[in-house]
Amino acid sequence: MRPALLFSVFVVASCGLAYELIAAALSSYVLGDSITQFSTVIGTYLFAMGIGSWLSKFIDKGLTARFVQIELMVGVVGGFSAVILFMVFAHFTEPFRLVLYGLVFTTGVLVGLEIPLIMRILKNEVEFKDLVAQVLSFDYLGALAVSILFPVVLAPHIGLMRTSLLFGLMNVAVALWAMRLFRATIGGGRWLLAQGAIAFVLLLAGFGFADKLTILAEEGIYADQILYAESTPYQRIVLTRWRDDIRLFLNGNLQFATRDEYRYHEALVHPALATLPGARRVLILGGGDGLAAREVLKYPNIESITLVDLDARMTTLFRTNHLLSAMNKGSLSSPKLHVVNSDALIWLERNPEPFDLAIVDFPDPSNYSLGKLYSSAFYRLLEKHLSDQGVMVIQSTSPFYARRSFWCIVNTLEDAGLKTAPYHAYVPSFGEWGYVIASRRDYVLPAKIPVPVRYVTPETMKTMFDFPADMSRIPAEVNRLNNQVLVRYFEEDWRRVMK
Amino acid sequence: MDRRHFLASLSSPLLASCDFERGKPVLEGKLLGPDMALGHKLRDNKFAAATQTQRLPIAIIGGGIGGLSAAWRLLKRGITDFKIFELEAEPGGNSRSGASGTIAHPWGAHYLPFPTVESVNVRAILADLGVLLGDPSAIAPRYDERYVVGVPQERLYVDGLWQESVLPKIGASKRDFEQYKRFDELVERYRRLRGADGAKAFALPSALSSKQADIRALDGQTLRDFLLSQGLDSPRLHWYADYGCRDDYGAHAHHISAWAGLHYHASRDALATDADARSVLTWPQGNGWLVQQLSAWIKQRAPDAFAPQSPCVRLETAASYADIDIYNAPQDRLTRYRADQVIWAAPAQVLAHVWANSPAGLREAATQMEVSPWLVANLTLDSLPIDAGPVGLSWDNVLYDSPALGYVVATHQNIAIGPGPTVLTYYWPIDNEPVPAARKRLYDTDWKVWADAIIAELSRPHPGLREQLQHIDIWRWPHAMARPVPGFLTAPIRGLLAGLTRPLSFAHADLTGFSLFEEATYAGVRAADFAK
Repeated sequence: MRPALLFSVFVVASCGLAYELIAAALSSYVLGDSITQFSTVIGTYLFAMGIGSWLSKFIDKGLTARFVQIELMVGVVGGFSAVILFMVFAHFTEPFRLVLYGLVFTTGVLVGLEIPLIMRILKNEVEFKDLVAQVLSFDYLGALAVSILFPVVLAPHIGLMRTSLLFGLMNVAVALWAMRLFRATIGGGRWLLAQGAIAFVLLLAGFGFADKLTILAEEGIYADQILYAESTPYQRIVLTRWRDDIRLFLNGNLQFATRDEYRYHEALVHPALATLPGARRVLILGGGDGLAAREVLKYPNIESITLVDLDARMTTLFRTNHLLSAMNKGSLSSPKLHVVNSDALIWLERNPEPFDLAIVDFPDPSNYSLGKLYSSAFYRLLEKHLSDQGVMVIQSTSPFYARRSFWCIVNTLEDAGLKTAPYHAYVPSFGEWGYVIASRRDYVLPAKIPVPVRYVTPETMKTMFDFPADMSRIPAEVNRLNNQVLVRYFEEDWRRVMK
Repeated sequence: MDRRHFLASLSSPLLASCDFERGKPVLEGKLLGPDMALGHKLRDNKFAAATQTQRLPIAIIGGGIGGLSAAWRLLKRGITDFKIFELEAEPGGNSRSGASGTIAHPWGAHYLPFPTVESVNVRAILADLGVLLGDPSAIAPRYDERYVVGVPQERLYVDGLWQESVLPKIGASKRDFEQYKRFDELVERYRRLRGADGAKAFALPSALSSKQADIRALDGQTLRDFLLSQGLDSPRLHWYADYGCRDDYGAHAHHISAWAGLHYHASRDALATDADARSVLTWPQGNGWLVQQLSAWIKQRAPDAFAPQSPCVRLETAASYADIDIYNAPQDRLTRYRADQVIWAAPAQVLAHVWANSPAGLREAATQMEVSPWLVANLTLDSLPIDAGPVGLSWDNVLYDSPALGYVVATHQNIAIGPGPTVLTYYWPIDNEPVPAARKRLYDTDWKVWADAIIAELSRPHPGLREQLQHIDIWRWPHAMARPVPGFLTAPIRGLLAGLTRPLSFAHADLTGFSLFEEATYAGVRAADFAK
């Protein structure tokens, strides 16, 4: 009996540490700042264990039965902790910390009850000094085992959610085993057995369905650590990090990676803005990350930037989060920049202001709603917002992967009565990427880029405006509201790439 | 009794009864439509005598598409001294529209097919309003892209699934498809057919159609009988034929003249540059947009032309003038105008009712006209309706085997990306019972009953609809549109109305018997040209 109980101490201890690590790791993933997260989670947990140990003195009768029940509770609460935390995080932003510390505290109290109870169960069989020595050494051994397994095997290969469910199952197994060991003395056997069975089935089901849970799917999509994830009314924002590279995903589509976003944004802004020494007012449609604005703000002649982005959460996140505002150099807090959280089109229809440069950085035309923002009707409307010298530049998907889509956008701009200058840039995270400058006059390459840049120079620009044979112009229809050919092209082009 | 007499100048909002089921928030809505009190007052015609008589060169009675087209024509001719007397507070007639919050939506007609080459004046109006770009007489004119219906245009809910296009394909047998093909060929043949007089068999406006006897003989039977006589008996094809008839005339194919039923399919042969010929012109508020723009165009040139809430309650014609009594409803005052020309742009039944010395047989002929009752509901949702399957929400969403037709999405034409509230306009011709019973039901049924029926029907394709629903406003149209029943082409009313010239000419779509924009414009322009 004694070796069996000591083994269960080992398991119980490993489970206890596992829940602690899971909570700490999960909160670091989600909230960032792992030092704070690990420190507060471990502190709360140890403190709660202390309370649990103290509370153990109030348990007098039916020690074994209580032990079994506590094991079952630890198994269920701890086992589902990762699931609960992921769900709360995915669906409600606000109470995440409350739920986190609540769960950590509850698990801690329950785990704190375990060791004192085991010691009391064994106290009649073993001398006190041996009891303390054996129980505590198995306790710490269990902790060691998990502390090594967690970062090496469990977190990377099984995932946080499954790991927590797995340890929950182990807790319940210990409880069931204890029931069997003490079946002669335990009392209330059938009811206890039923509780154990329910807990076991619940956890097993959770384990089985873990795959179906959206967050797990997300962990699959985003190979890297998730820094931040939020569902706004408009989209799902997910930020991931791998070493120094932070990536932004909107609805699962990569928007930028810090490693090379400067290439994308320099190419978006400078070829147009460098030709407009007299430009004062700039309009940015989309681009709530503030990265295009960062490039625009390099030009001292720019007096005002109006940034229209639908999603207030995006612009707030990129203004207030220190990691992200460091990336856009605080562009969203610039006094020159005015953020409008509105639908671009509705805003354009209501505001007659003219702009010297309009930067259009919308998501790719992957559905009819977005396809409307690449239509000739939209470009006609936008054209009315250009000053006499005004220019627009459109991010236009990849001329390499989505060649027909790219040239469809060029055709559509020309159908709207604009002269176009299509170009492309190589952004490693995206591959070859396309843009179109469109205005009422012919585009002339700038002699120099008057602001500091890392990628776009007059020399590189010569190749940017040249389209090699594998990306050169091909026939495509004009994208109109009443045909939305671009959405079809885009789907077909990318389907071919994915094959 | 006529719709215009019953439709109130003021709507009568009746607050919904409560809906406490399953703890959902109470659903509210308004029941709009006729003001019974004013309706009875107009019908009983008990007015004090007019206190004064004013001279007026031209009076247009009715501010629907017929009246507005007549005013447009007069202004094009340089004539500005006319007044438009309208029963309602706003012009528009069957093309009236409304708004739920900031979302404009139709209350009636919601689209206009590309106008045919023969619809000269519709094209000219569209050019004046900036809808038609370039040459209005072009074979395939260019239209402002914002007003061409965006894709996806239409879909059909059939057997629990959505499919593209309204012709039922899901569950259709080989035999059904063969009959679709034969029907298509039949329509195509009629589309190209010209009579011995050189006119199209089915022209739009319909008055320009061939007078050839064997073509017009199609008016002697119902569309249903005609299809059966052609060996076309597929239930799905018959549903499709019913849908067309109900959409335009508010009644099933077994009520509608085969000539009118075929006209719906065969007359629309217009082309457009950069748009599919089957596309249509539409706006968030439906044809209400055209009403607003055309009214503004008229007001700009004749600022005092509109006299709202001013029905004509009595008309008496003399050789060179007509006296009209106009009831100013808000002031409860009657004014008599002596007009050189009256352009009557209200329904024929109203004319028959108020014309004191009407020509022999007019009253009886007008009584014989069948007029369809309709119900239109606007459902405000907090977000776009959700449904499963690969066929996305379209502009027009039709339900197969439904007592109603389906719904159009008022926000479809918006080029906005964000999710947000929307309005679904639900169309329901009440045609499964005789007209008097249907009309009585329209008057007697309260809001809750209609709302529940609409929610139940729309919950078939959208099980979560109730959760998204914010409110439902319902408009009753007791006299929505004339039904072109067999024999309508030669009905006595046609000859009587066409024979009216001076001092009263007839400018309503009842002239030809179809409640269509193109017909109303034709009648309006024609009537305006009788004015000196």
